[in-house]
Amino acid sequence: MSAMALFGQLLLGLINGSFYAMLSLGLAIVFGLLGIVNAAQGAFYMLGAFFAWMLGQYLGIGYWPSLLLAPIGVAAFGMLLERTIIKRVYNLDHLYGLLLTLGLFQIIQGLFVYWYGTSGQPYDYPEALSGGHNLGFMFLPNYRAWVVVASLILCFGTWFAIERTRLGAYLRAATENPTLVRAFGINVPLLVTLAFGGGVALAGVAGVLAAPIYQVNPLMGGNILITVFAVVVIGGFGSILGSIVTGLMLGVLEGFSKVFYPEASNMVIFAIMIVVLMTKPQGLFGRER
Amino acid sequence: MALEISGISASESKGRSLEWVAMAIGVVILIGAPFVIYPVFLMELLCMALFACAFNLLIGGGGLLSFGHAAFFGGGAYIAAETAKEFGFPFELAILAGTLTATFLGLIAGAIAIRRSGLIFAMVTLALAQAIYFLALRLPFTHSEDGIQAVPRGWLLGVVDLRDNMAMYYVTAGIFFLGYVLVRRVWKSPFGQVLRAIKDNQPRMISLGFPVDRYKLINFVLSAALAGVAGSLKAVALGLATLTDVDFTTSAAVVLMVLLGGLGTLMGPVVGAVITVSMDEYLAGIGVPVPVVIGVIFVLIILIFRRGIVGEFLYYLNRWQSRG
Repeated sequence: MSAMALFGQLLLGLINGSFYAMLSLGLAIVFGLLGIVNAAQGAFYMLGAFFAWMLGQYLGIGYWPSLLLAPIGVAAFGMLLERTIIKRVYNLDHLYGLLLTLGLFQIIQGLFVYWYGTSGQPYDYPEALSGGHNLGFMFLPNYRAWVVVASLILCFGTWFAIERTRLGAYLRAATENPTLVRAFGINVPLLVTLAFGGGVALAGVAGVLAAPIYQVNPLMGGNILITVFAVVVIGGFGSILGSIVTGLMLGVLEGFSKVFYPEASNMVIFAIMIVVLMTKPQGLFGRER
Repeated sequence: MALEISGISASESKGRSLEWVAMAIGVVILIGAPFVIYPVFLMELLCMALFACAFNLLIGGGGLLSFGHAAFFGGGAYIAAETAKEFGFPFELAILAGTLTATFLGLIAGAIAIRRSGLIFAMVTLALAQAIYFLALRLPFTHSEDGIQAVPRGWLLGVVDLRDNMAMYYVTAGIFFLGYVLVRRVWKSPFGQVLRAIKDNQPRMISLGFPVDRYKLINFVLSAALAGVAGSLKAVALGLATLTDVDFTTSAAVVLMVLLGGLGTLMGPVVGAVITVSMDEYLAGIGVPVPVVIGVIFVLIILIFRRGIVGEFLYYLNRWQSRG
């Protein structure tokens, strides 16, 4: 076991962990506000990657503009779905929300599989971030370092926006008591739509960031979604910071297990989920609801 | 607002004679169908219908929506296929081995999952099923992508040659019928009533002294076992067990079948399975992407008719009868 391989896997684990964090963060925001678990989150992650790829393929737009444009596109699409379809199940049992978004997920993923197949499209690293640095104990590819930094900034930025700004205060208030917040003259449905857009945009950014590392594949959303569900169960839906920390932690743990026992790396998160459920069923950061 | 589960208690007195008529028609169809339709297709259909009944036992009885029932279906399928092919188990023993495996998996998964309910229960079952999927991908005996193929059907009790499609069909139909009757029996039993009461008001049942968790677990294990019967039967009847049997698409497919037919109705899962399996077969033939259609149906059911086909039928029947 070389130190190179160990740190390489840890870095990849950290990257996966930051994707888990971004996706579960988006889930937590939408869940807190609407009580709905958005199973389409994986599809928005895939759409982020695909929009970036399509912008490059059909319009010749490079990585950096795509990093902004693709998530905006994802958010716009998400908000359209929220306004037209998803809002119809808010007053129903929340399981219907899960089933409905699962249906949307299958439609989106199914269409992309139908159009593009399951083989995956390559997406090039941005020119400025090719190459890497030798840190002595490991080789650090520039792009991967960028992904970690960018996701951390984004995660903690989201945390700051929700916990420390006025808009975030409205959002949290609407989570606690939407009727009262409406009585104060705040447009809660608009707030909900924007929060939904923000939540899926996070998945979209994660998708663009992931595109050069993994290939742009229609199935990429389904694979990550189930893991993210397990992450959410482990962390509990209680806190924003909790989802970030849990996501990062589990990604790193998964990376570790890839070094020492690769056969079990897919299982490690599920094993942790089982242990957490047996000892602290509401999740590490969860509150009993 | 809760899930719209059409409990059988609602239509029990009025729908009784109607139910017997429907069951009689069902039995006639069950007997006559293989003379009109290709028996192997019917076997697949019946296995999926039994699987849907098993899933429905869980949600109709306890209101718990599992997103990972493929784990028990596929787990049963793999073990039945392996024991029949490699260990030379006779038909009955292979089905039994598959069922016991699913029961055991259900006991473990159930003990973990029933600690939560609602949305989190669904997510936990999904994650546990994914763990089983990865296990199936890794274990050598499952031959990962290839699956276990060319599973011999063998002989029923050593006398009936099941290589004959008609014989195999009637055995499948018989097991399906027994499974259906079992679900019906469970629901109408005091056990089933306790389960429905737990679904309606869990704190009250706890304070009345019912061991709520044990009831839920028993129901979960029963449902898993029946899913295992369906999976084992499918593996032997169609001669193969593959990764599709344990993966998420199968879990989602069974949710769709039951939702389409009507959550908590006895006949609903069967109706849902017939439509879904036939549709799959037809659409795959003309090159339409099946998952897209399935997704669209999901969305339409939830937006427009949440009671499902049989559920809506019973609802309007009830309204009509109480008016007239």
